[in-house]
Amino acid sequence: MALLAVASTFVGVADVSPSALLAQGSDGEAARLLVASRIPRTVSLVLAGASLAIVGLIMQMLVRNRFVEPSTTGTAESAALGLLVVTLLAPGMPLIGKMGVAAVFALAGTGLFLLILRRIPVRQIVLVPLVGIMLGGVIGAVTTFIAYRYDLLQTLGTWMTGDFSGILRGRYELLWIAFVLTVLAWVAADRFTVAGLGRDVATNLGLHHGRVLAGGLAIVAVITATVVVTAGVIPFLGLVVPNVVSMVIGDDVRRGIPWVAVLGAGFVVACDLVGRLIRFPYEIPLGIVVGVVGAALFLWLLLRKGSRAH
Amino acid sequence: MITVASATKRYGRTAVVDDVALELGDVGVTAIIGANGAGKSTLLSLIGRLLPLDSGRIEIDGLDVGATKGDVLARLVAVLRQENHLTARLTVRDLVGFGRFPHGRGRIDAAGRAAIEEAIAYLDLEPLAERFLDELSGGQRQRAFIAMALAQDTRYLLLDEPLNSLDLRHAVEIMRLLRRLAAERGTRVVVVLHDLNFAAAHADRIIAMRDGRVIADGPPASVMRSEVLEAVYDLPIDVREIDGARVGLYFR
Repeated sequence: MALLAVASTFVGVADVSPSALLAQGSDGEAARLLVASRIPRTVSLVLAGASLAIVGLIMQMLVRNRFVEPSTTGTAESAALGLLVVTLLAPGMPLIGKMGVAAVFALAGTGLFLLILRRIPVRQIVLVPLVGIMLGGVIGAVTTFIAYRYDLLQTLGTWMTGDFSGILRGRYELLWIAFVLTVLAWVAADRFTVAGLGRDVATNLGLHHGRVLAGGLAIVAVITATVVVTAGVIPFLGLVVPNVVSMVIGDDVRRGIPWVAVLGAGFVVACDLVGRLIRFPYEIPLGIVVGVVGAALFLWLLLRKGSRAH
Repeated sequence: MITVASATKRYGRTAVVDDVALELGDVGVTAIIGANGAGKSTLLSLIGRLLPLDSGRIEIDGLDVGATKGDVLARLVAVLRQENHLTARLTVRDLVGFGRFPHGRGRIDAAGRAAIEEAIAYLDLEPLAERFLDELSGGQRQRAFIAMALAQDTRYLLLDEPLNSLDLRHAVEIMRLLRRLAAERGTRVVVVLHDLNFAAAHADRIIAMRDGRVIADGPPASVMRSEVLEAVYDLPIDVREIDGARVGLYFR
């Protein structure tokens, strides 16, 4: 993970190698590039990767389904819709305000998903993410239509495809909010595990299930919104990483969170590196690389677990 | 004491629990019997505040279950439903450890660790302690959940058909364990049972329900009578006395 981060810092079109840094000194071209672009990019990759993976873990505990994460529950699409609405109605709003509106939309979208789930008690475990993906499709279609009418399709594209090439100093700091919430999630880890045991068991253990659900979904919505606002959707990340961790060490959230965070960050940094190197000096957006790798891993998980999931 | 005062729970227009008044927890093991849909499980869920009451009042040691804070009740009463589907991959020891959640909100002290080990030993789960629950059989999983309720270390223990999916040996062992809990720790156990002979053999008091009401209540000798059981189950049941214990014969 540390090695990947270091590598990510030194890969790019311009020469920012340790030797160049040393040769040019602390106010040379290389050092300025390092501080303004490379370090922010790596830090934001780590923050986004870790927090989105943890969001997946929390959602899987709260919904009690292995296959949910922001891009399979309509959460990410709702955040993008919120962002579009605020861009149209209040284009001058500061970024944090836009993020807030996107978070409210994400929360509403996730709430709608849970309501639909409650209405149709699905027995088949794989149906749950299907419902979410359909809901996401509907919300996405509405968003695309609005964007089309107002000639904002290209902007929408940047939100829906995670891309860290535009990250500069001053344009990623919102992600520290995601970091704070991630720490908060770690503190509340046991509550999420207990909630994951089901409403009855949680109530028996003296936990207010509804409150934990609301708090957890708030964390999910805000983190998703921050990542969508700063870099764009990174699909499947929250799904693949927690599942891999679960297979190895189980679902105790307190034990799992550090692993999920490290693996999530590592996965994102690695995919970003691949995207930057594969047709150097051009870039492939991170969202596409993660999407391809993640979809393959998702399929593998489905085929592997679908048969024995109960 | 658990005091149930004119408790009623309706689904639609049918009252599943219909104006029930009871005092529970006077003796070690109380068994609730009755046919399917008699309201046994619903009553247990109402007492364990897993379902809200429609009317009436339930108090546990003077605390109203509808108004008392969740963690206060969780240190007083443990309730286990019969179906415990688990999607989370936890080890047996993890699960039992969560029985200590009401006592430390996740932090487990020395006393808590001792309680966890004791609960695991009580249910014979030592060899399985590090295994994941999804790798166990239904009966083993059932025992792990009972161990969790035990680790909760409450005065009252409510179990809904804990013998489901257990083989005969483990069913007998669970009933013996409940007796031991009552004798050694003074736990007051209320248990919903399908098999009336298990109730007759192990309970101090049997409550028989039908159509949401209590229709018989007393020591096994008073409930284990042909005419009473026939009214409970709508089935002729021949009650014999074998070595001083009453056994209901209903297999043919």
